[in-house]
Amino acid sequence: MFEDLRDLYQEVIFDHNRNPRNFRVMENADRQVEGFNPLCGDRLTLFLKMDGDVITDASFQGSGCAISTASVSLMTEIVKGKTEAEAEELFTKFHEMTTGKEEHINLEALGKLAVLAGVREYPARVKCATLAWHTLDAALKNEANAISTE
Amino acid sequence: MSGFDVNKIRQDFPILAEKIRGKDLVYLDNAATCQKPQAVIDSIVQLYSHDYANIHRGVHTLSVRSTDKFEAARSKVKSFINAASDKEIIFVRGATEAINLVAQTYGKANIKAGDEILITAMEHHSNIVPWQMLCEQTGAVLKVAPMNHKGELIYSEFEQLLGDKTKLVSVVHMSNALGTINPVKKIIAAAHAKGIPVLLDGAQAIPHMTVDVQELDCDFYVFSGHKLYGPSGIGVLYGKQSLLEAMPPYQGGGDMIRKVTFEETEYNTLPYKFEAGTPAIADVIALGAAIDYLVAIGMENIAAYEAELLDYATAKAKQIEGLTIIGEAEEKGAILSFTLNKIHPHDIGTMLDSLGIAIRAGHHCAMPVMDFYGVPATARASFAMYNTKQEIDVLMAGIQSLIEVFG
Ligand SMILES: Cc1ncc(COP(=O)(O)O)c(C=O)c1O
Repeated sequence: MFEDLRDLYQEVIFDHNRNPRNFRVMENADRQVEGFNPLCGDRLTLFLKMDGDVITDASFQGSGCAISTASVSLMTEIVKGKTEAEAEELFTKFHEMTTGKEEHINLEALGKLAVLAGVREYPARVKCATLAWHTLDAALKNEANAISTE
Repeated sequence: MSGFDVNKIRQDFPILAEKIRGKDLVYLDNAATCQKPQAVIDSIVQLYSHDYANIHRGVHTLSVRSTDKFEAARSKVKSFINAASDKEIIFVRGATEAINLVAQTYGKANIKAGDEILITAMEHHSNIVPWQMLCEQTGAVLKVAPMNHKGELIYSEFEQLLGDKTKLVSVVHMSNALGTINPVKKIIAAAHAKGIPVLLDGAQAIPHMTVDVQELDCDFYVFSGHKLYGPSGIGVLYGKQSLLEAMPPYQGGGDMIRKVTFEETEYNTLPYKFEAGTPAIADVIALGAAIDYLVAIGMENIAAYEAELLDYATAKAKQIEGLTIIGEAEEKGAILSFTLNKIHPHDIGTMLDSLGIAIRAGHHCAMPVMDFYGVPATARASFAMYNTKQEIDVLMAGIQSLIEVFG
């Protein structure tokens, strides 16, 4: 019945929505930042454990739609073990993929994150996918304040 | 029902024939704005093709034609809500501007530090923020009468909050987030017994029921044209003449003056005192056309038909496991706000859209209502006179299958 939506709601997204990974409060986190999308009320708290400039652990709490939940769940998986610079580079690539500015995006470089490429066709939902990454960006820049997609 | 033929009505709305992603459009976002009948579209085309010029200021033929049509629309609004005089009908941009106008004129002139303004827990942001701004400017205090879990005003608490310091009551006639219809006659009588004027936010109520401002005895009534099958960018402030006379003007400019020198200005009479500048001429006239269209169908017929739709939708919704209806007031208009277990309203909105079904997902400009129910957002199907039971079936089937897909 929802054939048209297969590109947006891939099975991986349903899976991460049903069973979000790294969905826990992190005791003794080095960084903790809140992300908020006032348009839809999506809210998340991102926790990072750092060793020098390497992200050794990432987790989150919060509630949101399937796209935003899957996005943050996938993100916490993929950034573990990455340096700050590598994570920032992923953010740039992810942003290009979801906002569709880049004609020939290398989806392979994005690994599993490529399942979120479909939001490009749904401008109203792009912010759902990018909230996690804006929050990470703020955490890496060590911005103390809560971040908002607006 | 006397002569109410939904199929005939549907043919008057060209957009209802639109295909969305290859599917028949099922438009259920009428509380946000509703679609326009051909008569409204035609009136705009007619004006710009044959009759258009600026109003109230030319002796030439077109100016006279436009002015006559504009003032005829004012009379139509007056009759539609049964105001006592055309002077009580002020054209503004919408319900939002009307409330801001009252806050910044009546409010500033009459409300002082320590005074109270009383609203309810189910207001739209446009009936909260203008009062907060006024409170900030004056030192007045905003009081909020609570509601129960069904989304009904707790009347006894409202009455208790109505005190010596209360200088204005401003309540929503029908809630856009919940559908609740407030007991406005009782509210007005209680406020008037203490000499307190009442503003009704009629943005949602006006397309669904007969509104008689004299019978209600409200002091101000506000609504937007676009929710009444008319154009956006135009709305109405009704005010009792005695109150409007005593209020200072809102904006200064052309049309609102009688005589201007550099030393002083004499303001125009009602309603022009509050209508500075060139208004949305075509849109006012088209709102008049929308009212003609509605009067021909009959507001009672519309109300009865929509009540049937709401009952049907509510019964169907209750059969869906995992669906929670938000807002179950005894007195309720044609709005079905709901949440689904573990499925975010935005996902509901996107998935239904792929089936051609337009609903609203979000906080409905009523964040305090969302906080009250402890949800970030709801999905909302809101009905108009052109919706059908078949469309409700399509909606419910869509909800059922998205629940299955989400698993
Ligand atoms: C109850 C209520 N009041 C006020 C408004 C504001 O109307 P507008 O945006 O047309 O000024 C709305 C619109 O959604 C509403 O539903």
